[in-house]
Amino acid sequence: MNTMLAAVRAGVSRGWIELRQTFRNGQDLWTYLFPAIAFTLVVVFMGGAKVPGTTFSLGSRTLPSALGMGIAFGGLVTLAQVLTVEREDGTLLRAKAVPNGMLGYLIGKIVLVSSMTIIGLVLQVTPGLFLLDGLTLGHTGTWLTMAWVVPLGLMATLPLGATIGSLFSNPRNFGLVMLPIFGLVATSGIFYPITNYPAWLQVIGQIFPIYWLGLGMRSALLPPEMAAAEIGHSWRHLQTLGVLGVWAVLGLVVAPIVLRRMARRESGSSVAARRERALQRVT
Amino acid sequence: MTVVGELGARAEIIEPPSEDTVLDVRDMWMRYGTTDVLTGITFQAHRGEVLALLSPNGAGKTTTIEILEGFRMRSAGHVRVLGVDPQRGDERWRARLGVVLQSWRDHGKWRVRELLAHLGTYYAPYSTDRIHRPWDVDALVEAVGLTEHAGKRIGRLSGGQRRRLDVAIGIVGRPELLFLDEPTAGFDPEARREFHDLVHRLSDIDETTILLTTHDLDEAEKLADRILILAGGSIIANGSADELARRMSTDAEVRWTQGTARFVHASADATRFVRELFQQYGEAIGDLEVRRASLEDTYMALVREHEAGRGEAAVRAFEKAAR
Repeated sequence: MNTMLAAVRAGVSRGWIELRQTFRNGQDLWTYLFPAIAFTLVVVFMGGAKVPGTTFSLGSRTLPSALGMGIAFGGLVTLAQVLTVEREDGTLLRAKAVPNGMLGYLIGKIVLVSSMTIIGLVLQVTPGLFLLDGLTLGHTGTWLTMAWVVPLGLMATLPLGATIGSLFSNPRNFGLVMLPIFGLVATSGIFYPITNYPAWLQVIGQIFPIYWLGLGMRSALLPPEMAAAEIGHSWRHLQTLGVLGVWAVLGLVVAPIVLRRMARRESGSSVAARRERALQRVT
Repeated sequence: MTVVGELGARAEIIEPPSEDTVLDVRDMWMRYGTTDVLTGITFQAHRGEVLALLSPNGAGKTTTIEILEGFRMRSAGHVRVLGVDPQRGDERWRARLGVVLQSWRDHGKWRVRELLAHLGTYYAPYSTDRIHRPWDVDALVEAVGLTEHAGKRIGRLSGGQRRRLDVAIGIVGRPELLFLDEPTAGFDPEARREFHDLVHRLSDIDETTILLTTHDLDEAEKLADRILILAGGSIIANGSADELARRMSTDAEVRWTQGTARFVHASADATRFVRELFQQYGEAIGDLEVRRASLEDTYMALVREHEAGRGEAAVRAFEKAAR
């Protein structure tokens, strides 16, 4: 167990080292700032628009939904992308050559992606504080709800992201993943309430974690009377817990199997073959 | 010296594994679909030995190394690496191995010292009374000649510096067995010399067993205690560079001057030729030089024979010479 503990500790320090690295280069800083800037622009364009049938600001309703989407994107897209890229460039093979290196690598990635996601959330909330009214930021309940929605959301999406990342060996095919995810965002009531959609589309939206992350964040940040605009006129905390929990369990069962299968296939020659392919594309 | 040839000859040649047998490979086969890439590889390595595996491209060199590293499943045969079947090797076993990988652009944002210190922490719980793991980072950085670049971002290193880092990563856990796949590709002559010193240090002082592949035959001759030549999926020769050169019946080259004229003559029995030369011309002979077949000549001769489909004949001739 001593050896596992060493790997876990190494993994955490790996996560921190890589997190520090994200503050030192333009591309990563842009990844942090882009959602915040994009969201601020959206709010400005919305102007004084209200949630249909209420006097509540549409912008204030959209912020928590967008935060929920941010968690899902962090867990799914960021992790999957990092995995495919680092599989191609040989980072994963290096981890495989070190005792318990894969465990350390994965823990490092979980620490890194979770921290990046949370930093992204904070950056996105900040402009909202000045531009939006009606958010319940001063209430203890807000923070208590977020304290379980955010970690549970990460647990529901990170293993899924790892699974997706293991299935793609070529980072340039990643667009295939992005398209369905954008489709899911559209049916998950992030930018427009799901209640106006046809029933079958509502069912599809409610199968996946993105809807529930949006709902969970709305329940945390919006005043209680806004629950009336949701399906069943309720924040449905139990169902949120249930659906996200099922995704987390499912992911934690499937991800190790897929990851192990992917890792088993890594060798010097498979990395070399991918390097050849990638270099051919460049020239 | 042993030469592995026909199926029947194999059993007599191999001694039972002893305490310090680090690599024990017997009749290892690898098949992809219907193609046999390895057709019965057999060899052993002892503690502190340096083995060079030479082969033409596509002859199964990488497959062999990857099976031994535990990165690939073999189709058949008995394989023990540090006494363990690599297909069942656990993390404790992994900690005793060093693998030098061909890097590309991984860990580009990390700094040299930072990455080595990080990777070293995984090995710390595997320290033993005899071997203290991991290698001290500053000493390691110095051993591979990267002290000036210790704080540099890895993405900014030159090709040769990256290769040194690859070697450092391979040995950070003080391995008992080290796999080096074309370690000096991209090295300048000075870096190459320093690397050779490092290999000698590892094998002599730390008793590290090393299996390396290279295309540089001069390097194989300098570093390896024993050379294995892999062609057509099996090992066609196994011995020291000297043994290979002497016993393969290639001609030696004799060069001399007589007055202002220069002469070159190839002879199977150079000693006798030179004796006769002196008997005939005596003092008129100058600048005498006898050059035995180099490893390159031997290698080329063996591989060419093998590829021409006369591999069996070459091996038999070789065997005869060895007796």
